[in-house]
Formats: sequence, C-alpha cells, structure tokens
Amino acid sequence: MYLQKLSLLNFKNYEEADLSFSEDVNAFVGGNGEGKTNLLDAIHYLSMCKSYFNAVDTQNIRHDAEFFLVQGTFNHENREEHIYCGLKKNQRKIFKRNQEEYERLADHIGFLPVVMISPTDANLITEGSEERRKFIDSIISQFDKSYLDNLIQYNKVVSQRNALLKQFAQARRFDETSLEIWDEQMIVLGEKIYRKRLEFVNHFLPIFKNYYRFISHGREDVAVLYESHLHQGNFGDVLKAALDRDRSLQFSTVGIHKDDLVFTVDGYPVKRFASQGQQKSFLIALKLAQFDFVREVKKMKPILLLDDIFDKLDNFRVKNLMELVSKDNFGQIFITDAHPERVKKVFEEIQVEILTFEVSNGSVVQQRETATHSSE
Amino acid sequence: MSTYSSKILEEAVNEFSRLPGIGKRTALRLVLHLLKADPADVEKFGNTFVRLRNEIRYCNQCHNISETEMCSICSDHKRDDSVVCVVEDVRDVIAIENTNQFNGKYHVLGGIISPMDGIGPGELNVESLVHKMAAGTIKEIIMALSATMEGDTTIFYLYKKIIQLNVSDIKFSTIARGVSVGDELEYADEVTLGRSILNRTPYENALVK
Repeated sequence: MYLQKLSLLNFKNYEEADLSFSEDVNAFVGGNGEGKTNLLDAIHYLSMCKSYFNAVDTQNIRHDAEFFLVQGTFNHENREEHIYCGLKKNQRKIFKRNQEEYERLADHIGFLPVVMISPTDANLITEGSEERRKFIDSIISQFDKSYLDNLIQYNKVVSQRNALLKQFAQARRFDETSLEIWDEQMIVLGEKIYRKRLEFVNHFLPIFKNYYRFISHGREDVAVLYESHLHQGNFGDVLKAALDRDRSLQFSTVGIHKDDLVFTVDGYPVKRFASQGQQKSFLIALKLAQFDFVREVKKMKPILLLDDIFDKLDNFRVKNLMELVSKDNFGQIFITDAHPERVKKVFEEIQVEILTFEVSNGSVVQQRETATHSSE
Repeated sequence: MSTYSSKILEEAVNEFSRLPGIGKRTALRLVLHLLKADPADVEKFGNTFVRLRNEIRYCNQCHNISETEMCSICSDHKRDDSVVCVVEDVRDVIAIENTNQFNGKYHVLGGIISPMDGIGPGELNVESLVHKMAAGTIKEIIMALSATMEGDTTIFYLYKKIIQLNVSDIKFSTIARGVSVGDELEYADEVTLGRSILNRTPYENALVK
C-alpha cells in the first residue's frame, strides 16, 4: 500500500498543491515554518480522519479560507483507492472513498494505516502516565475489539465509584453493599484489562529492544516495565486494602486506571537520566515496534511518516535508522528535514534512491532525481 | 418590558414553557389555540390537570401510578402473584403490558442506581421489594431493566439483597439480551452479537408458543 498522489486545497498554509510520490522514500526539505510537517499531517488526515497535531479540525483550514480539501490516491493491493476529505466551517467533516461517502469515520480509520514519528512524541516520556496508557491502549484495541469495550466500561465504573465515595463523605455515612456492587465490576473488568496489558508488554518488549539495539548498535540496554497495583496480588484484595485511603481521599486510588510504563536506559529512568539523543532513539524504537504491530494486524505495511527525525540524533544513529527503514519490512516513507544536504548524504551513503521535494512558504517543488550515484 | 400585550397571556406562556420540550414559541402557539377554543373545553382541560395532580397516587404494592390505594394490576386476581417483574419506571410497565406476554405483577423501582446522578439504593423502592420477597409468596423475580451498566449494577445489588435474605427458593432471572427480532446479523453490533452467542437459548425455548 502506498500513496501515489496528494492534492491539497486551503489546508493549513497551503492554498493549493498537487504532488506525486515515489513508492519508496520521499523527502520534504526546507526551512522552519515553510510547511513540511503540514504535508505529513495531510497524509495522516487521509488515514486517521484527523490531524496528528491539532485536535480542532477547523484550525487546519488556511487562515481566511472557509474550507479545506485533502485528496489522495492510494495504491492498495494494486487497486487505486481515491480518498477525499473535506471540511467546511460549521459543517461536519466529509470523507469519501471512491466518490462514496462514509457514514461513519470509524469505518475508514485504519483502512490505510500510517505511523507518525514526530518530536511531539516526547510527551510519552515527559507527560503523565495517561499518555503512556493511551499509547498501549491504542495498539491493543486495534487487534482486540473487546479490550476497548472493557476499558470504557471500567472507566465508567470508576467514575460511578468515585461519585459514591464523595457522597459517603458528604453524608458522613458508609454503605458497604453499595460500594461492593461497583467493586465487583471493577475487579472483573480490571483484571481482564490487566492480563491483556501484561501479555502485550511481554510481547512488545523484545520487538522494541531489537529496534533500539539496531539504532544504537547495542550501546545501551533499554527496558519498558509495566507498573500496576495489580502486581501486588488479586485486585479484590488490593482494593480492600486501599479502602480507608479511598474513603478519605474520596476517589479510587488503586486500579488499572493508575497503571504506568516505566522507561529505562541501563536501569535508570529515561525521563531523568537519558540524554536527548537517547530519549529520541527510545521514542523512535517505541514507534517502530508499534509499526510492527500495526503491520501484523493489518497484514500490510503502514506508511511511515518521519517528522524532523534527524534532529538530536548523531550521524551514526541516523544512518542505522535510515538503513533499517529502507529495508523490506518497511514500505513507503515520508521524511522531513530542514537540511537538504543532510538527507541527501545519508541516503547516498546507504545507496537508497529518494525523491526530494523542496518546500517553501506553502509551495512544493519536486527536485530532479537524486540518484545513488550522484557525485556530490 | 414585556413583549406580550397582556400580563395574563405572558403568565400562561411561561407556565407552558416550563414543560419539558416546550419553548416560548411553541408555548405561545398553544396558548393562542386555547384562547380560540370553547371556554367549556378549556375549563375541562385545566381541571384534568388539577385532578391529575390531586387524585393520582402511587400503588402501595408496586408503586405504579394508580387512582386507588392499590393499582388495577395489583388488585387483579387473575394475575399471578408469585411472579414479579421489576422495572425502572411507569413507562416500562406500559411497554411490557402492551406486549401481552406477561401475566404476573410489577414492582416499579423509580430509577436505577447511578451515584453520578445522585441515585443510590436509598432513593429507590427497594425496601418494599425486600419485604415482598421476605413474605414468601414470590417464586420468581424477573429483572427488566435497561441493558446499561447502571441497569446491570442495580440488578446485581438486588441479587445481593436476595442472597442476604437467604430465600433460596426464589428464582432470579433477567430479560434476554441479544439480537433483536427482525434484525439481520451483519447489522448487529459486536457486543450484542457476542452476548447473544454466549447467552444462546435452546431451540425449544425459541419456538413461539
């Protein structure tokens, strides 16, 4: 599966653009703020029905314009799939596949998978545990339909339980049976989710380690540790032990809604002790492992969107990484870089042909072929 | 300043617009309609609501709406005393009665447990149900509550109450959940279909009697 053509109208800083791509590696080069990342985001839109960066749809419309259109022609199992995405202010988003409108966006999401690696992924390391839970939840729910359903149910139960704990405190009374009926549902759902997460992390870890080893050539030892209150024993006992605390704090202090992933390099937490380059390598390895899972579930290679990936990485790691993603396990790739010479040089070194586009102030020009044997 | 030419008109409009689903514009249309109608009809209309509020009470057995101490269903001797169908509110009684498939009695809870909406067991008609169960005449309780988490939680709560009562000979059941009659399988959502498979019924039971 790959993207053949992309056309934009009033999308972010683009008034109009029409591009044709290589089936392999495509690079967008140009200065800051010229619109390189917006091209990746347009591709993300066509796959996931939303921006990777901005949750407010209408803010992706070019200033002073009333609507945007993003259209793409994909090659999917040797058939052309034309995807249309249109958004007009104050109207709902319209998605069409081969001229036929989707009734539900969910029917389209994931049909043409992409994986984006971007500097904003740093949130996974710097932000709270919610980001990390979201990361694994989004992967697990792709191959396990009941997982997401259980998770939604679980969160509802926790909200109801928290409301009940507040009422107990306000009314200065405590009713054990009322609490029990929520506890028992929380336990059943929570233990299911716990087992899935545990199983997933065990499966994910070797794949992730492998990618990290490849990028860093085995210079550091990394790990992703699954942290959960449920490690302490069965959920029922854990919940019972926390009852006094729950009552005095008036919310549920233990459960899988407090789960976290701990990232370490050589045994130390990434957040505090890893260098910027190590952190970046770590995030890239996480996303590449995610790529593996999506590929396995969808039985096709997702499009890989690499935003500003060279930044903060040394040449050694950049070269390893590019060598890796140019191999057969990966499909079509889009890369952005502010330094045209750098991207050219990297791919020349590993002898991979790329198609380069120069981006400046909302206009894109395809450069003449830069072949492997170019003599620069 | 009021936009209406009469204070009485304005008051009437305000009263109507207090009803759920009725805005100022609709309220005005209704009021003007009443102004044109026969005065006797309007008087009857008004009196109906005064009587509604004054004379209607709740059945002391099942908490259904009734004009007497005991509602017409509870006082019907042809109906089976030993089977009680537990429902959320009066609308559900009407819905089940319309099916003509149930000949037992009802118990109206008056809501379902949802702490987020401030509804706990204390706000519901649970005590009287427990009394009924303890009395020993009931053989089966059918839970006909919404298939939501709050509905399930309420069922679970009542189930615990029964266990605490130690009346082991009471059958406790819930209405079937799954693919609706006349539905095609491919349009059923995954959760519903999954549950239908888990709670499949022996074919003899599925034959309409």
